Amino acid sequence: MTWLVPLPVIMPLLGAAVTLLLRRRPVLQRAVSVLVLSATLVVAVLLLASTATGAPLTVAVGGWAAPLGIVLVADRLAALMLVVSAAVTLCVLVYSIGQGMADGDDAVPVAVYHPAYLILTAGVTNAFLAGDLFNLYVGFEILLAASYVLITIGATRSRIRTGTTYVVVSLLSSLIFLTAIGLIYAATGTLNLAQLAGRLDALPDSLQLGLQSMLLLAFGIKAAVFPLSAWLPDSYPTAIAPVTAVFAGLLTKVGVYAIIRTQTLLFPDGPAGGVLLVAALLTMIVGILGAVAQSDIKRLLSFTLVSHIGYMLFGIGLASSAGLSGAIFYVVHHIVVQTTLFLAAGLIERRGGTTTLDRLGGLARLAPVLGVLFFVPALNLAGIPPFSGFLGKLGLLQAGVDAGGTLAWVLVAGSVVTSLLTLYAIGRVWNLAFWRTPHASMPADGGARAGRALPRMMVGATLALVVLGTGLTVVSGPLFDLTSRAATELRERQPYVHAVFGEVP
Amino acid sequence: MSPNLVLVVVVGVLFAAGVTLLLERNLTRVILGITMLGNGVNLLILLGGAYGGPPIVGVTPEPKMGDPLTQAMILTAIVITLGMTAFLLAMAYRSWLLTGHDNVQDDVEDRRIMRRAERDEGLEDEDTADTADTPELSRDGGPR
Repeated sequence: MTWLVPLPVIMPLLGAAVTLLLRRRPVLQRAVSVLVLSATLVVAVLLLASTATGAPLTVAVGGWAAPLGIVLVADRLAALMLVVSAAVTLCVLVYSIGQGMADGDDAVPVAVYHPAYLILTAGVTNAFLAGDLFNLYVGFEILLAASYVLITIGATRSRIRTGTTYVVVSLLSSLIFLTAIGLIYAATGTLNLAQLAGRLDALPDSLQLGLQSMLLLAFGIKAAVFPLSAWLPDSYPTAIAPVTAVFAGLLTKVGVYAIIRTQTLLFPDGPAGGVLLVAALLTMIVGILGAVAQSDIKRLLSFTLVSHIGYMLFGIGLASSAGLSGAIFYVVHHIVVQTTLFLAAGLIERRGGTTTLDRLGGLARLAPVLGVLFFVPALNLAGIPPFSGFLGKLGLLQAGVDAGGTLAWVLVAGSVVTSLLTLYAIGRVWNLAFWRTPHASMPADGGARAGRALPRMMVGATLALVVLGTGLTVVSGPLFDLTSRAATELRERQPYVHAVFGEVP
Repeated sequence: MSPNLVLVVVVGVLFAAGVTLLLERNLTRVILGITMLGNGVNLLILLGGAYGGPPIVGVTPEPKMGDPLTQAMILTAIVITLGMTAFLLAMAYRSWLLTGHDNVQDDVEDRRIMRRAERDEGLEDEDTADTADTPELSRDGGPR
């Protein structure tokens, strides 16, 4: 089974090369992209099936053995993230193809879109599978380089303005990460995560704290943790809808994944747990207050994205098995739901011609399907039972109560307040955009462009994600099982280390 | 292995200059800052490895070999920084084509809050209120 491990990275990269060659054949180009991402999804599912009950799978790239060579490691957490990310990227790809066909850009396709999208996928999967810090950095750079292209696609005035912020902030975080890598290498003489797990423990506490804070700083920017989150609500909303959706769903979660990985494997008893909890609280509260103040759906959703990163940090900061398990469950849920909401926002923009709440209205009557597509994931995000958002929050709250202590209780209270405020913010969108009587400026049955019927492919892709998000509730029992086993595996550390060095435990 | 003092000082200077330039409004200077920071980080990584002769078996005895891993990492980092710098330069050029300058601009929220603050001040002084508010009213109120 180990030969499967590098495929999620290799296939999208090869696919990117092929789609670049096929830039004058849009139909073939789309077919190749869909095929590659479907194959990636299949491989990811196989990997998950293999690791769910067994040991982590590893591959030494190029045949160089573990500490010196590059290893790719697929453990339960990585495999689970691969499955979710592959499913989401596939749905968003179908959505963007539908959008492209509806807009009639067959004649002049943006040739670079498909290659960049596939490279983005390769970067994400590489980051999930990376077995050493430098490869993690390379994974980040691959996905960031592709994301720079995607966020500024078309190079309009507003995209250049927001793209500048995004690129400069991302570059800064990459430089901080690289500095941390240099210092860690200088201190321990290795970058292999499994080997670092043993060597970092031997370092003095103050040095450990320094290295840990540098890594947290770098990943915190990527994951949009308050106070390092200011770039996100400004840069995401201006990109085209599918790009915003996939960024919102995946890119910040890669940062969260990196935090989980380094916190559990490198600094299991690190002193920064309390800091993480405070950051989690501030991220939740500040993010959701920002969302309440917005009048544009995409900006509002970007703020809820920041806010809900706090939930994941909450679980990580608790550093208990239950907390980690809740955090992983929440990551899975949030990737699906946040992507769906941004896709739905893209449909709203198509139907209503704008995403500004001041000018929308009556969408529930004009486009009932759209109403369902927005309403279900919105309730899911706000954590209404029986949706997976509720279950994820319940798991985190339970872990917080179990942990005890003042800070944990404050966070439990903060989570509940954030959840209510999310419901308020989402309810406001629903009331203004869907429920009230249509605005005079709304295209009632068809303006030049905005009132066009919603393309079936776009609705279908969004619907698939809505079903996936709702389906998480159905499979929540086995999923919670899986996440708690992943959390146990992370906490034990030994399965990972043994798998990398090929020892039999 | 003892750290080379000259290299340490150079790393410090590059970091300081890079951060200073990064705080500028002008995108071209930001790019220069990122280049400097990138070079500083590369030297920092170099400092972390063992110092010595070329790490080729038969050329240098094993204890005197330099660390090839740091150099491999720096090579990768240089390539990445080069790509990013090229992209940023393209963005600066595009920004100059579109707006005639390459300054990094305030985000939407900042500008909205600034306008609101100006308007509040304007209420006390009606002359400025008229001139300051007219474009905004026509923009927001137009389609209603």
